[in-house]
Amino acid sequence: MVQLTLPTNSRPIAGKTWPKPAGAKKLKEFRIYRWNPDETQNPRIDIYYVDRDDCAPMVLDALIWIKSKVDPTLTFRRSCREGICGSCAMNIDGTNTLACTKGMDEIKGAVKIYPLPHLSVVKDLVPDLTGFYAQHASIEPWLQTTTPAPEKEWRQSPRDRAKLDGLYECILCACCSTSCPSYWWNGDRYLGPAVLLQAYRWLIDSRDEAGGERLDNVEDPFRLYRCHTIMNCAKACPKGLNPAKAIAEIKNLLIERQL
Amino acid sequence: MAEVKLSAGDRESRRPLSPHLQIYRPTLTMMMSIAHRITGAALYAGTLLLAWFLIAASSDAACFAAAAAFFNSIAGKLILLGFTWSLFHHLLGGVRHMIWDAGRGFEHPQREWLAQATLAGGIALTAAVWILAFSAH
Repeated sequence: MVQLTLPTNSRPIAGKTWPKPAGAKKLKEFRIYRWNPDETQNPRIDIYYVDRDDCAPMVLDALIWIKSKVDPTLTFRRSCREGICGSCAMNIDGTNTLACTKGMDEIKGAVKIYPLPHLSVVKDLVPDLTGFYAQHASIEPWLQTTTPAPEKEWRQSPRDRAKLDGLYECILCACCSTSCPSYWWNGDRYLGPAVLLQAYRWLIDSRDEAGGERLDNVEDPFRLYRCHTIMNCAKACPKGLNPAKAIAEIKNLLIERQL
Repeated sequence: MAEVKLSAGDRESRRPLSPHLQIYRPTLTMMMSIAHRITGAALYAGTLLLAWFLIAASSDAACFAAAAAFFNSIAGKLILLGFTWSLFHHLLGGVRHMIWDAGRGFEHPQREWLAQATLAGGIALTAAVWILAFSAH
């Protein structure tokens, strides 16, 4: 359902302005979404100041700097700090991306940080991705075959292997799905760009033998056809992948199947 | 009184929804998508006006005079201008969708200039029609 405004309990209010670090010459302002499940308050926007001369260049570095030096209660997910785990996906400066690969220099003025959009918030910058993972499981993202397994391995020509380029790199960070207005309004029924890109990744794998069932599974007005080529997904993807194109390819496979 | 302990379930039900439209930086392709819908809806209203004009033209002179008076008024002309633009914008948007259906136009920067071309094309065609209409007048 399209609901343009936030429910009353979800509207952020002004929060605390934390003191500027003493003696810092180069400051960067951060406005960060906070919500604590142990309090009954609405979410709030806290303002922090980071000493650029004391902090590494990425937005994730600044978040870790704030957590260690200013406010240990600030909560966010992070792990690899090099754009391969997808944990630190969040909305930075109005666009979904990974905090670890986004440089502070790329952002003019204050850095505004929110959790990934239109999700239930667990705490601060940590959204609930349960539904997203369940949707991923629903497309059965593993190799499915009916022919007996070969003695050694399932073989694939270099040309067929190349078809997986631009798809296998997906790290399931959910930046694309949560950038998509269609997913905001129909996230309970529309699978969203990330999961559909994964669905296509298995559809065009030359070794997979469940293509028909996979197409049956996504051929649905909501699961697949809520994509309206808004393209926010392709613009948000921190790995430079193109879910919009993958979705179009699935639509073409469905047409080809009818011919 | 004992403190009220929130169970895990209570906590989950109190969870806020993270901000979305309010905070997402608008992108051109996103704006073009919503414009495509709005112009599509506007075409329904425009088609009703067209139907009114045709019915009036096929009725008597008084009916036609009433319709013509409306379409010749400033408000009527502005509505017709909007209808013309909606028509061309939506038409070119449809062509853009057809290009996508053929599996093209998804890459950067093609998707950007397709959006820009649709926007500029709709305005240019609207201007051309109106200049033509006024110069023929």
